[in-house]
Amino acid sequence: MSVLVYLEHAEGTVDEPSLQAATVASSLTGGDEDVHAVMASDTVSLALEGALPVEVVHVAVHDAFGSYAPLAIAEAIVELVGRLGAAAVVGPGTERGNEVLAHVAALLDLPLAANCVSVGGPAVTRVRWGGSLLEEARVDAPTLLLTVQPHAVAVEPGAGDAPSVEAFTPTLSEGALALRVVERVGAATGGVSLADAKVVVSGGRGAGSEEGFAPIEELAGLLGAAVGCSRAVTMAGWRPHTDQVGQTGTKIAPEIYIACGISGATQHMAGCKGAKRILAINADREAPILQSADYAVIGDLHEIVPAI
Amino acid sequence: MRVLVCVKRVPMTGGTIVLTDDARAIETRHLGFTISPHEECGVEEAVRLVEAHGGESVVLTLGSAEAEEQLRDAMAIGADRAIHVVTDGQEWDPQATASAILDAIRDDEAANGSFDLVVFGNESADAGNFQVGVRIAHALGRPIATGLKALTVEGGAARCEQEVPGGRDVYALPLPAVVTVKEGLNLPRYPSVPGKLRAQRKPVETRTPERPAPRLEMTRLVVPEGDRKQAEVLGEGAAAAPHVVEVLRDIGVLT
Ligand SMILES: Cc1cc2nc3c(=O)[nH]c(=O)nc-3n(C[C@H](O)[C@H](O)[C@H](O)COP(=O)(O)OP(=O)(O)OC[C@H]3O[C@@H](n4cnc5c(N)ncnc54)[C@H](O)[C@@H]3O)c2cc1C
Ligand SMILES: Nc1ncnc2c1ncn2[C@@H]1O[C@H](COP(=O)(O)O)[C@@H](O)[C@H]1O
Repeated sequence: MSVLVYLEHAEGTVDEPSLQAATVASSLTGGDEDVHAVMASDTVSLALEGALPVEVVHVAVHDAFGSYAPLAIAEAIVELVGRLGAAAVVGPGTERGNEVLAHVAALLDLPLAANCVSVGGPAVTRVRWGGSLLEEARVDAPTLLLTVQPHAVAVEPGAGDAPSVEAFTPTLSEGALALRVVERVGAATGGVSLADAKVVVSGGRGAGSEEGFAPIEELAGLLGAAVGCSRAVTMAGWRPHTDQVGQTGTKIAPEIYIACGISGATQHMAGCKGAKRILAINADREAPILQSADYAVIGDLHEIVPAI
Repeated sequence: MRVLVCVKRVPMTGGTIVLTDDARAIETRHLGFTISPHEECGVEEAVRLVEAHGGESVVLTLGSAEAEEQLRDAMAIGADRAIHVVTDGQEWDPQATASAILDAIRDDEAANGSFDLVVFGNESADAGNFQVGVRIAHALGRPIATGLKALTVEGGAARCEQEVPGGRDVYALPLPAVVTVKEGLNLPRYPSVPGKLRAQRKPVETRTPERPAPRLEMTRLVVPEGDRKQAEVLGEGAAAAPHVVEVLRDIGVLT
């Protein structure tokens, strides 16, 4: 029996969440079974970068993989599961990893445990509420399907030998060939991207109004930071949703997150768990955010922020 | 056109999550309830599509008797009627959820014709399984695009935009189709008072299927520890600004 891991890649370079998934996949074999990886590519001559903790890499080669085609990838995975008799399929818990594995689960009519942080056979621990809560669960299935929550496990590099690479041409349905990206629209650029920013300065309901963001923008400009906000702000129409930090907004991972007039609801904090440090500026000493922040300044943000 | 949108009742947790004694649910005695912001945008989009193209928008939930509140909220925004798959409040796993919703869709379509679009949230707010919509698309044999931030319906097709790093990926789906959407798709309206009154009179069809044995069975919830700390208070008011500058210098973000 073997374990199969689905790897996302950009021109052969496997991304971090996929390496984390591969680490979990190899922990499932108990050492004496093979870990197989599957990657989708539109070219046979895929140049694999870096060490992988797997024995064999199966490259599904098809023109359809010239752009992202979730159902086609899922069909290729299902074909391989049948051929290998895989005991488990593991994927990265990214948006796309979850989408591909959901298609696999639907095709095989098997349960899927998404965003697991630890896996011991059929007993898994997975995240709920974007990471604010954990769930212990049991999966009842002949083939275990799961995705791994990004940045929950440390990557263990491969044991040495480079994996052997085997290309195959998957049989794809018409529906799978039709379901693909037909166009890429460029992003509205300008400013620092929230997800990658080293410093983020955010305002919440405490900012009071759209104009209340002026000192926050000024401080952000000074620090070369991105401006963020809470959902209370997006709902009020003071800032666009692209600025929203949280469970249903952007996940950030800056060196420091400066949160002004934000109470610290679990759904907001789910978006800034990756921040190295948090500084809260809040009028209320009892605000929940003070229990997740490293530093706090108590008082009116309209007086404090311009003074920095 | 006919549009169906599926929503899930969840508790509105504040700054901390408290569990029940058996650790199998969130203690909700003092909490209000809502739906995922993704699903709120789904409801708004369904209502807008029907405003633009004519037809009917239907909202569906699988949940306890109390979940009627979320159906009424959606109808206050403008959904025309509701389907309530009533449960005893226990958690249904994603496969059971998908199959009960599928039965409801099939029965409604047998009576009223196909839904042009079935709309889901990208993931439920609480469970975050990322799969109920995909399973239903497969069972219906319809194409699905996920995580949409923009949607346009024209000439029997849906142009679907998905946010990705560096831009937006576009899918073109022939209708009937299934989509899952994300917050940011639109800015949902607030319900008006007449809207709320009208919602009280709109029809809710109920169904009560048996809960199948779960294949993804939640056994226990755990509040993650770890990041619990108490912030170091640098000071009060504008007088604390120099201390903030010091911290920013120390960690090297200000030179
Ligand atoms: C499923 C779900 C998903 C959600 N997703 C998100 C999400 O992605 N992102 C998100 O942010 N929220 C999200 N929310 C909403 C979240 O629960 C909170 O409602 C929201 O984060 C509150 O925003 P806030 O902190 O700005 O407002 P409030 O909770 O109203 O807090 C305002 C804070 O400002 C302080 N304040 C007021 N005036 C001043 C002043 N002059 N100076 C300094 N401080 C002041 C107050 O003391 C208070 O702490 C979600 C909710 C649900 C149910
Ligand atoms: N109990 C439910 N009732 C109605 N819709 C649901 C339910 N559970 C999930 N959904 C829908 O399926 C989407 C994805 O859920 P999930 O697969 O749990 O992440 C949600 O955003 C809802 O649109």
